[in-house]
Amino acid sequence: MTSLDPRIRRAEPHLSQITEVHLEPLNHWPTYEVFVQRTRGGHAQHVGSLHAPDPDLALVMAKEQYARRSQCVALWVVPTHAILWTSAEDEDLFQPATDKSYREPQGYLNSRQRLEKYRDRLQPLS
Amino acid sequence: MVENLQTLILALADDELFMGHRHAEWIGLGPILEEDIAFASIAQDETGHAQAYYQILTDLGLSTPDEWAFHRDPKAFRSAHLVELPNFDYDYAIALMRHFLYDAAEKVRLQALTRSSYEPLALLAKRLQSEEKYHWLHARTWIERLGRSTEEAHHRLLAARDLLWPYAWALFEPLPKEPEMVEAGWIPPSSTQQQEWVSLIQPILEPIGLWKAPPTEAELTHCLGARHGVRSPYFDELYAEFTEVSASEPNADW
Repeated sequence: MTSLDPRIRRAEPHLSQITEVHLEPLNHWPTYEVFVQRTRGGHAQHVGSLHAPDPDLALVMAKEQYARRSQCVALWVVPTHAILWTSAEDEDLFQPATDKSYREPQGYLNSRQRLEKYRDRLQPLS
Repeated sequence: MVENLQTLILALADDELFMGHRHAEWIGLGPILEEDIAFASIAQDETGHAQAYYQILTDLGLSTPDEWAFHRDPKAFRSAHLVELPNFDYDYAIALMRHFLYDAAEKVRLQALTRSSYEPLALLAKRLQSEEKYHWLHARTWIERLGRSTEEAHHRLLAARDLLWPYAWALFEPLPKEPEMVEAGWIPPSSTQQQEWVSLIQPILEPIGLWKAPPTEAELTHCLGARHGVRSPYFDELYAEFTEVSASEPNADW
């Protein structure tokens, strides 16, 4: 039995028949960033990117690429070129120069005790 | 009744089984990684649909899905010739056009089956519709995109359509004892399904210049007989390859 499957026929390649194709750098379909919404009303989370010829097909292919192994209720795709981001050199933008731990969630941990402490000093509004 | 039911289920299941197998032959060969993954996943879905259809017969005390798929007398298959056709020289336009024509028919078929008076079939059809929705979205998005793309793409799609056209129309060849099935409320007549199929695909194919008149009787003849046991010239090779692994160890527990 001679298979029609090229993976089997590939065992005897005819090198003379192979024509080389030279691609220019970046000569490929544009990329899209894919976001998955796991529950209704939930955040859309970035899960990765893919190549696609247009936004419609980006959605079609994103479904199998990124939404088949876990819960998903909606997909977003965004052309990669539409996204702006800060450069790695600007990472220090995000480092506070003074202690700002009060802005972090644990900054509010003892609010209840602190409130209790001053409760008896509160004057009822007249 | 069981005999008619078997005729109906095998036609449905065998189509899915070999469509899944033919699509799966593209694994690792798709035009780009992303599409390879999507198409392979669709192939896997179709094979799963076949298994679910066979299971209806199993639940009636007949053979198991594996027995229907891998250990049946090859003469007892009832798949349409459209799904038996090989991938020829692996032109992706042929794969996409077959996927489009077939899944349009499956969409129509499943819609009709959700109203079947045979409850296990109606329940299964409802379950399969969610996957079918994706197959149809995938198929029509590609066809519409490529149909409006380059001259080469259009030319390849035209060639694919001409090759597949009579086979696709032959999908609607009436089943043996079909009037009894229609009478029982299991399925609508094939002719009704064919009309719905036409009204689904014509508005998509016509604006991109890929529609053409129905095949003549002479063009159709060589594609007919599938539901009565006539296999296409490609079947023997397909079945030998399909059962290669299971035949190597017939009693293995997979």
